[in-house]
Amino acid sequence: MDLQTVWFAAVAALWIGFLLLEGFDFGVAALLPVLGRRTSDRHLMLRSIGPLWDGNEVWLITAVGAVFAAFPGWYASWLPALYLPFVLVLIGLIIRAVAFEWRHSHSTEQWDTTWTRVVVTGSLIASLGIGAALGATTLGLPIDDAGNRVGGAFAGLGRPALLGAVAVFGFSLVHGALFLALKVDGDLRTRARIFAVRWSPLAALPLLAWAGLVHLRYGTPVTAVLWLVAALAVVVAWARIRVGREGQAFAAWGAMLVSAAATVFGAAYPVVVPSTIDPAFDLTLAEASVSDYTLTVMTWAAGVGLPVVLAYQTWTYWVFRKRLTAEPVHGEPTEAAHA
Amino acid sequence: MDVLEIARWQFGITTVYHFLMVPLTIGLGVLVAVMHTMWVRTDKPEWLRMTRFWGRVYLINFVLGVATGLVQEFQFGLAWSEYSRFVGDVFGSLLALEALLAFFLESTFLGLWIFGWGRIPKKVHLAALWAAVIGSIVSAYFIIAANSWMQHPVGVVTDDATGRPLQVDFFAVLTNNTALAAFSHTIVGALMVAGSALVGIGLWHLRKRKLAEQPATDPDQLVWRRSVRLGGWVSLAAFVLVALTGDFQAKLMYQQQPLKMSSAEALCETEAPASFSIFAFAKFGSNECDDVHSITVPYILSYLAHGDFSTAVPGVNELQAQYEEVYGASYPDDPSFGAEAGEPIDYTPLLAVTYWNFRLMIGMGGVAAAVAAYALWSTRRGRVPMSRIGVYGSLLAVGAPFVANASGWIFTEMGRQPFVVHPNPDVPVEDQVYFFTAQAVTPGISAAEVWTSLIALTVVYGALAVVELWLITRFVRRGITTGDGAPVPGHTPEGGPDDDVPGGADGGRRDDDVLSFAY
Ligand code: HDD
Ligand code: HEM
Ligand code: HEM
Repeated sequence: MDLQTVWFAAVAALWIGFLLLEGFDFGVAALLPVLGRRTSDRHLMLRSIGPLWDGNEVWLITAVGAVFAAFPGWYASWLPALYLPFVLVLIGLIIRAVAFEWRHSHSTEQWDTTWTRVVVTGSLIASLGIGAALGATTLGLPIDDAGNRVGGAFAGLGRPALLGAVAVFGFSLVHGALFLALKVDGDLRTRARIFAVRWSPLAALPLLAWAGLVHLRYGTPVTAVLWLVAALAVVVAWARIRVGREGQAFAAWGAMLVSAAATVFGAAYPVVVPSTIDPAFDLTLAEASVSDYTLTVMTWAAGVGLPVVLAYQTWTYWVFRKRLTAEPVHGEPTEAAHA
Repeated sequence: MDVLEIARWQFGITTVYHFLMVPLTIGLGVLVAVMHTMWVRTDKPEWLRMTRFWGRVYLINFVLGVATGLVQEFQFGLAWSEYSRFVGDVFGSLLALEALLAFFLESTFLGLWIFGWGRIPKKVHLAALWAAVIGSIVSAYFIIAANSWMQHPVGVVTDDATGRPLQVDFFAVLTNNTALAAFSHTIVGALMVAGSALVGIGLWHLRKRKLAEQPATDPDQLVWRRSVRLGGWVSLAAFVLVALTGDFQAKLMYQQQPLKMSSAEALCETEAPASFSIFAFAKFGSNECDDVHSITVPYILSYLAHGDFSTAVPGVNELQAQYEEVYGASYPDDPSFGAEAGEPIDYTPLLAVTYWNFRLMIGMGGVAAAVAAYALWSTRRGRVPMSRIGVYGSLLAVGAPFVANASGWIFTEMGRQPFVVHPNPDVPVEDQVYFFTAQAVTPGISAAEVWTSLIALTVVYGALAVVELWLITRFVRRGITTGDGAPVPGHTPEGGPDDDVPGGADGGRRDDDVLSFAY
C-alpha cells in the first residue's frame, strides 16, 4: 500500500473513531428531552458523558486536522463548499461545550434548564451538520475542475447532505440510548433500553441507505460484504437489546457503524470529493495529497503517538467505568458502588 | 467590503478572542499545578484551597478556549482555501500533530483531574493535571511553529510543477529560530497573565477581609496572601523574561522582516545611528511615513536591532523600494488576486497599527510589572494594603497583560502584511517561497456568506464573553466560602471532594457541586 492509501485509511479511522465516541454523547444529549423526565434523570444523563465528551471531541479535531495535513486539497474543497453549514456546526459545538461547563456554575432551576436546552440544541445541530458534511463528501458536491464550489451558498446542500445528516443523527440516538442502558441504573436504564429496542431498526435505515448508495456507485465485492455485515449487525444489536444484553447490543451497534462507514470510505476510495457537475472533476486522493516526505513524517509521528493516545483514553474509560445511579432522596446521581 | 477584507476581520476577531483564553489557560495551568504539587508534598490545607479556587477559575476559562479553538481549526479551510492549498505540505501536519500529541493529552487528563478527586491515588491525580498542563504547552509550541513558518519559511523548496512549497526538512521547521523565540516569548507572556490575576484578585480579597475585620485565625487569609506573593513574583520574573525574549525577537525581525520593525518605529529614512521613537503623531488616516513626526531617543534603536549603538537601521522608504524591486511594484493582473489584481503593492504595513501595538504590548507589560512590584512591597512582612487606589488599580490591571498579548499578536500578524507567507531573506530570491494575503482567500464564496459567519460568530462570541465575565466575577467575589458567607471548614487531606465546594451549603445540590468545583 502506498502512503496516500495508508493516510486515507487513517483519516477514515479517525472519522469512525469520532462517530463511535462522540456519537454516544451526541445521542445522550439529544435524548435529554425524551428520556430525561425528571431533573435527576437529566443530571444523571449529563453526568454519564461529563468526563468523556471533551476527549471525544478531540477525535473530530484530529480527523479534520488529519484531512488538512494529508489531503489539503480535500480540506480546501470540502469546507468552503459547505461554508454556512460548517459555520453552523461550529456554533453548535461552541454552545454545547460552554453549556456543559456553565450549567454547573450557578444554581438556580432556570439556569439549569436553560443550559440543558443549549446542550440539546448544540448537539442536534452538530450531529446533523457533521452528518451532512460527511454525506456530501462521499456522495457529491458541486465542485469545478479546480475544486471550488459552483453555485450559491446553498448549492452544497443537496440530497446527499440530507441523507448523511439523518444517518448520523439516527445512529447517534440509538448509540446514546445503548450507552445509557449500559452506564446508568434504575428506571432510566429501562427506558433507554426500551427506546433502543423500539427505534434501532428505523434509526439504522438512513445509514445503511447511504452506505448502499456509495457502494452502488463505486463499490467492490469487499464493500458489498462490509455492507452485509453492517445490516447483520443491526439485527444482532436489536436482538441483543431486546433480551437485555446491553453490552453486546452496544458492541453490535458499534460494529454496524464501523462496517457501514468502512463501506462508505472503502467504496469512495480513491475519490474524496465526487463532483456533481462532471465526474471528470472528481477530486481524487492523488490530486489532494501532500508530498510523500510529509506523509512519511506524519506516519512516524502517528505511529508513535496514536497507540499512546489510545492507551490513555482507554484507561480513562476504565477509571470511569462504574454504573451511575440516581439517589432517590436528593435526586442526585452517585456511583452505584457507594449508593 | 470585499470577501478578502471581511475574511481578514473574521480571522482577526476570532483569533484574538481565542488568544484571550489561551494565555490564562497556559499560565494559570502551570500555577495551579504548582499549588496542587505543594499540597501533595506538604499536606497544608491552604494549598488545597488555593488549588481548588484557582483550579475552578482555570476551568471556567478553559472551556471557552476549547470552544473557540475549534473555530480556528476549520477557519483555514473555510475562508482561506487557497492559503490551505498553498501551505498544505507544511502547515496541516503541524496542526494535526498538535491535535494528536497535545489536545488529546489536555482534554483526556483534564477530564481525569476534574472527575478524579478522591477516586484515583493522590499522586496519579496530580500527574493527570501536569499531563494536561504539558499538553497546553506542547499545543502552543506546535501552533507557534506553524505560525512562525509563515513569518519565516524554512525547511522547504519550491515545487516546480505547482509553485508551492514542498517540505524537505521537518526538523528545520520545528527548530525554526523564529518559532523558538516566539514560543518562549508567548509562554512567559502567558505567565504574566496568570501572575497578574493572582495579584489583583488576591489583593482585593485581602483588603476586603481586613475591612470586615476577619479574625487573624481566618484560614483564607493565608490563601490570599500566598496567591499575591506567588503571583507577584511570577509576574515580575516573567516580565524580565518577556523583555529578554522580546529583545531577541526584535533582532531576528531585523533580519527576517525589516519592514515590520521599521514600521513599528515609524522610521522613514535610514539612520545611523538610529533613534528609538517614544511617541509619534501623524496626519489622520495617512499611511505615508513622511507624514509621521516622532519624539525619539538617539542610539537606542540601533541597539535594539543590532546590539550596538552605531549601525545603520534601514528606513521604511528605502525598504519599500527594495521590496518593489524584488517582488514587483504591483500585483499580477490575474483573477486569483481578486480586487487587488493589477493594483500597486504597499509593502509597508499599517503604520499606526504596528507602531501603537508594539508600544501597547510593552507598555501594558510594564504596567503589570509595576503592579506586581507594588503588591510585593505592600504585602511585605504580613502587611495588608488598604489603599483603595492601589487595590482597585491592581484589580483593573489584571486586564493589562491580556491587552499586551493581544497587541503582540496584532503587531506580529498585521506587521507581516501584505504577505500571508513572508519570504525568507536567508534564501536566494529565486528559491524563496511567499504568498500574498490577497491570493489566500477562498474563490467562489460570496461576501454575503462571509458577512453571515462574521456576524454570527461575533454575536456568539460577544454573548459568551458576557456570561463568562459574569461567572468569573461572581465566582471570584464569592471567594473560598460557602453560600452563606461562612468560611469553609479545613479540609482533611484524605477527604473526598464533597466537603468544601463553593456553594456546598446552597441547598442540597451536593453532587452537582462536585462537578461544579470541577467543571
Ligand atoms: C500560544 C498558544 C496558542 C495559539 C497561538 C493558538 N492556540 Fe489554540 N489552544 C491553545 C493554545 C494556542 C491551548 C492553550 O492549548 C488551548 C486554549 C484553551 C484550551 O483548551 O487549549 C487551545 C485550544 C484549541 C483547540 C481546542 C482543543 C481542545 O478541544 O482541547 C483548537 C482546535 C485550537 N486551539 C486550534 C488553534 C488554531 C488552529 C490556532 C491558530 C490560529 C490556535 N489554536 C492558536
Ligand atoms: C493566537 C494568536 C494569534 C493572533 C492573536 C493572531 C492575530 C491575527 C490578526 C489580528 C490577523 C488579521 C491581520 C489582518 O487583517 O491584517 C491575523 C491574520 C491571520 N493570521 Fe494570525 N494570529 C494568531 C495566530 C495565528 C496562527 C497561530 C496562525 C497560523 C498558524 C495565524 C494565521 C493567520 C492567517 C492565515 C491570517 C489571515 C491572513 C491575514 O489577514 O493576515 N495566526 N491573525
Ligand atoms: C518588554 C518588552 C517586550 C519586547 C521587547 C517585546 C518584543 C516583541 C516583538 C519584537 C514581537 C514580534 C515578533 C515577530 O513579529 O516576529 C513580539 C510579539 C509578541 N509579544 Fe512581545 N515584547 C515585549 C513585551 C511583551 C509582553 C509584556 C507581552 C505579554 C504579556 C508580550 C506578548 C507578545 C505576544 C503574544 C506576541 C506575538 C507572538 C510572538 O510573535 O511572539 N510581549 N514581542
